[in-house]
Amino acid sequence: MISALIHWLDERLNLDGLIAPFKHKTVPTHRLSYWYFFGGITLFLFIIQVLTGILLLLYYRPGANEAFESVQYIVTRVQFGWLIRSVHAWSANLMIFTAFVHMFSVLFLKAYRKPRELTWVTGVVLLILVMGFGFSGYLLPWNTLAFFATKVGTEIAGQVPIIGKPMMIFLRGGEEVTGATLSRFFGFHVAVLPGLVTVLIAIHLFLVQRQGMSVPPKLDVKWTANPSERREMKFFPNFMLREMMAWYVAMGVLGALAAIFPWNLGVKADPFVSAPAGIKPEWYFMFMFQTLKVIPSKVWFVDGEVLGVLGCSLAGVLWLLLPFFESDPPARTKSWITGLSIFALVYVIGMSVYGYLAH
Amino acid sequence: MATLRIKVRPFVSARPVWLAGLIVLGACLSYGQTVNSCLDCHSAQPGRLEVTPEKFSQDIHSQKGLTCTSCHGGDSSSYDPDQAMSRKAGWKGKVDRKQIPQLCGSCHSNPALMRQYNPSLRTDQLDQYHTSVHGKLLAAGDSKVAVCTDCHSVHDLRPPSDPRSTVNPVNVAKTCSRCHSDAAYMKQYGIPTDQFAKYNTSVHYDAMVVRGDLSAPTCTTCHGNHGAAPPGVDKVQNVCATCHAFQAQMYAKSTHAKAFQDASLPGCVVCHSNHAIHLPSDAMLGTGPSGVCMRCHTAGDHCDRARADILDNLTRLDASIKDADQSLRLAESAGMEVSAARLSQDQARDSLTKARVTIHTFQAALVNEDVQAGMKIADANLKAGQDAMVERNHRRIGLGICLIAIAMMLVGLWLYIKKLESK
Repeated sequence: MISALIHWLDERLNLDGLIAPFKHKTVPTHRLSYWYFFGGITLFLFIIQVLTGILLLLYYRPGANEAFESVQYIVTRVQFGWLIRSVHAWSANLMIFTAFVHMFSVLFLKAYRKPRELTWVTGVVLLILVMGFGFSGYLLPWNTLAFFATKVGTEIAGQVPIIGKPMMIFLRGGEEVTGATLSRFFGFHVAVLPGLVTVLIAIHLFLVQRQGMSVPPKLDVKWTANPSERREMKFFPNFMLREMMAWYVAMGVLGALAAIFPWNLGVKADPFVSAPAGIKPEWYFMFMFQTLKVIPSKVWFVDGEVLGVLGCSLAGVLWLLLPFFESDPPARTKSWITGLSIFALVYVIGMSVYGYLAH
Repeated sequence: MATLRIKVRPFVSARPVWLAGLIVLGACLSYGQTVNSCLDCHSAQPGRLEVTPEKFSQDIHSQKGLTCTSCHGGDSSSYDPDQAMSRKAGWKGKVDRKQIPQLCGSCHSNPALMRQYNPSLRTDQLDQYHTSVHGKLLAAGDSKVAVCTDCHSVHDLRPPSDPRSTVNPVNVAKTCSRCHSDAAYMKQYGIPTDQFAKYNTSVHYDAMVVRGDLSAPTCTTCHGNHGAAPPGVDKVQNVCATCHAFQAQMYAKSTHAKAFQDASLPGCVVCHSNHAIHLPSDAMLGTGPSGVCMRCHTAGDHCDRARADILDNLTRLDASIKDADQSLRLAESAGMEVSAARLSQDQARDSLTKARVTIHTFQAALVNEDVQAGMKIADANLKAGQDAMVERNHRRIGLGICLIAIAMMLVGLWLYIKKLESK
């Protein structure tokens, strides 16, 4: 029956021709191959996000008077609503985590180098957009922590000279965080960001498929010198089946987290009460938040917070353009980029841990 | 050296000019400053005669433009003591204690005058004072009793809203205690002197001083301030009712209201005491040392049975609320969403509070109505907590099944890959 259906489709769509490139595509096999899976796992978690997000949309109502109650309804009354919401929240965090892992693995395996500069650029933009997903989605349940975290977050954005204030008002939909902010964030979260991310993922995947998997430089030199040592597996089905295994593992971890630690709903936001103690951003913003906190209020004549925001923005732009700072062929610079990568990793982890310990 | 002399000479020759300038400057600076010879002398006087400009500047009267002569008369512009304190200049000297209320009243009982300074300030203090125990005793010739300055202080008198004022709500009890806790001073009046010590153990003191609730009662709230007097045995409940309105309504309907009145018992005070009013507890209905019912009632009588019934119901509701709380806490710690039940626990607690207020009717059936309403809510919340834990167990079982399925899928895939690659 199935083979008849495939045959029927093949006659009309030439399926063989469609999957032929994948059949010829190969993936290098070496002791660091497992790092290749993290991009795929991130994609898998994004698909989970889209699916659970659509299901949540069936019941979620944006608006300061309804949002919290609708999420409360989802997790208490809707059949498996708790699971969908919890999976959505956990998957978001795991996706950002795996995106970070993927980015640093690309850095350390030197996969950003020519000809993959654009893949790196689209990847970093995707990471920023995914963090935007996290920031906008965090507010949607309209609970106290989210409300004040958004207030602080948008205030920080407002520190950027010249464009900061208009940007803050644009994000908030006014001077303060209100129901208008919630409506905007909802719009960004379910329309603007998914559209942008889908297009960028398509470009990112196209580039990956077009350029193939990179091989770590040392190994590449070795394999070029001695082609008989080259080890590869077919992308389809060998690598694809392994990737499926990784997705199953991710699904298991996600399910376990969602079932054992359901995502807390918290208390409904009340704009008229003072901010509760210990307001902190989501973990993936913690290193930036803590950076801003440790900068003195005045550095020479510049406001410390402004300096911090500008510094972080500049670091982000430089990070985005990182592959272009490396000469072709890479010479001495390769060591400083590796050093910078290690520093960045240690800095992000260190500042995050410091942030949590300081709170 | 010669050069220096040439440079200095113009200043030396102009000496008379800048000396004259200094005198004019000094005159300008001192212009507008009124002379107060009273403070100049009394700053250096010992003990109670000492009044420094700093102290007097804190006084509300000084701030409103009144001076020493406003109360004491005399001529404060003269540095000659004979002139400054001459009877001819209206000097009264130290105001006699018996004259103090009248002196203060000369302004404070004049609405037209007081309106210029503080239109909202009452002007009946002197009239009230005459009705007070203090005022009556003063009129009878007892000069030991409190007059205006004993409570309000003098020469550094601050408005009651000032936290440093002796009559600020937080400080009133301490101010009263200066006389009323002095056993030797109060000996001739034959009244207790432990009120302040008892008040300091009370729930009212806790509210006022510890929690900073300025609306909490202090001495003057129940006794009055300028018209201070005991409220009277049969009127105590009226005083308590100014804050505890619901309890008073319930009490008015009860059999105790008439019985206490007939027996000349002081209403609320019979069970709650007066100055040492502690946080009421259900133990007051018990038969232990905190129990109050059995002080009058006989074990086994109709009232004792009603008491036991009420206590039993309250205890059951209290226990049910605690059980529900624990169950919901457990569910919450397991990550279950029970916020709606947590919120409705407040309604159960409200029912318990209402039942404790209804006790003042001393009717078991009425108390039981409130208790039943609370029990219904607490039981539902207990069930919500228990259901949440059952749900959590179901989730974990479901998770276990899913994880087994995933593990099997992984093994299957691995075997398939091995088979595929072995070809």
